[in-house]
Amino acid sequence: MGIPTIKTMGTWLASLAVVLAVGASSLAVADGGAKSPREAMLEGVKGDKCVAPTDDMRRNHMKYLKHHRDETMHQGIRTQQFSLKGCVECHASPKNNSVVGTNQNFCQGCHAYTGVKLDCFECHATKPKATAAFHPIAGQTGGLAANMRKEMGSAQSNVAGAAQ
Amino acid sequence: MSEKQTTNESRRGFVAGGVAAAAGLAIAPGVTLLDMAHARPENEAASGKNRWGLLIDTTKCKTGCTDCVTACFTENGVKQGDKETDPQWIRKVELKDLHSNKTASLPMMCQHCAHPPCVDVCPTGASFKRVDGIVLVDRHICIGCRYCMMACPYKARSFVHEPLTDQNPDVPRGMGCVEACTLCVHKIDRGDNNTACAEACKEGAILFGDLNDPESEIAKRVATYASTQVRADLGLNTGVRYQGI
Repeated sequence: MGIPTIKTMGTWLASLAVVLAVGASSLAVADGGAKSPREAMLEGVKGDKCVAPTDDMRRNHMKYLKHHRDETMHQGIRTQQFSLKGCVECHASPKNNSVVGTNQNFCQGCHAYTGVKLDCFECHATKPKATAAFHPIAGQTGGLAANMRKEMGSAQSNVAGAAQ
Repeated sequence: MSEKQTTNESRRGFVAGGVAAAAGLAIAPGVTLLDMAHARPENEAASGKNRWGLLIDTTKCKTGCTDCVTACFTENGVKQGDKETDPQWIRKVELKDLHSNKTASLPMMCQHCAHPPCVDVCPTGASFKRVDGIVLVDRHICIGCRYCMMACPYKARSFVHEPLTDQNPDVPRGMGCVEACTLCVHKIDRGDNNTACAEACKEGAILFGDLNDPESEIAKRVATYASTQVRADLGLNTGVRYQGI
């Protein structure tokens, strides 16, 4: 688990170099101002809680994802809590149904702000399979989830279709 | 309350799917019904007790039919193009005996060897065999050197040359990595107990199962009828076996 490979080391070093050389604001500046990605963080969220406390997720999501990825890939353990597929299902923006694409999207928004290269989505799907799918372990109470569901009423039939 | 809601949402999809999981109903609340379709709990690792494989009856396989190929590409989000360099997880092969003129048609894909040459040659450990016999590429580690493509006697592996978009969420894949048939590992882990190609074959020429389970259909058939490993002389102990060639 977690053996640094040439590829991951490269990515890490590249990320570090970017941060050191040009500072965290370079990407955000290129997009017209170093605005906090807070809006993007809130936009796509379904349900009322994440799979772990927010501060923990901010700091450690990459470790959780990497640990989970090795277990899934090599042992076939497919728990839902730190599944990247689960992240995408909850955090896809209602506008383009994706977590990347613009700096208003959840993953890209924060990664652009912090100037950290994001290469998950060179291989992983950026869009959830079923539009109205919720992360099974996140709560769904509250107005946001209800509104989302109403908006996506037509997509519900697709969910049933996808489940087959 | 939220848990209940989730369960009901999933239940609808579950019932519609028509998957039988009577044993799963006893699982404690908080676990969605969708999860109950798992053959093993999702937090449990794949087991070395299983050896997943395919038995392909070439006497049933029809010349010109490519249903298995289409189903595989659809399931795994592989775009069927016309370039020689396009990835190809499964292909149809036509055989002809020059003496008797007997012809046979069969699908050829990763043979999921017990002693896979692709794993032997991989310099990074990206090419590996899971304990249940499925040979996979860990794209997180693959550097795209393509030694495994050279080593595979079945030409089963492809290299992704161009950037990809709109992948299937269950099957991440991208440029710069080698890939091949995964024996629909995401379906196996989900508990479907079948592969897309086997499901798609109208002739019933492809049988998926656990070669290690003496009660399984595939193990019974392998024990009863003669089956062939392609290039058996290499001693790779393939997980994909053929009948009628």
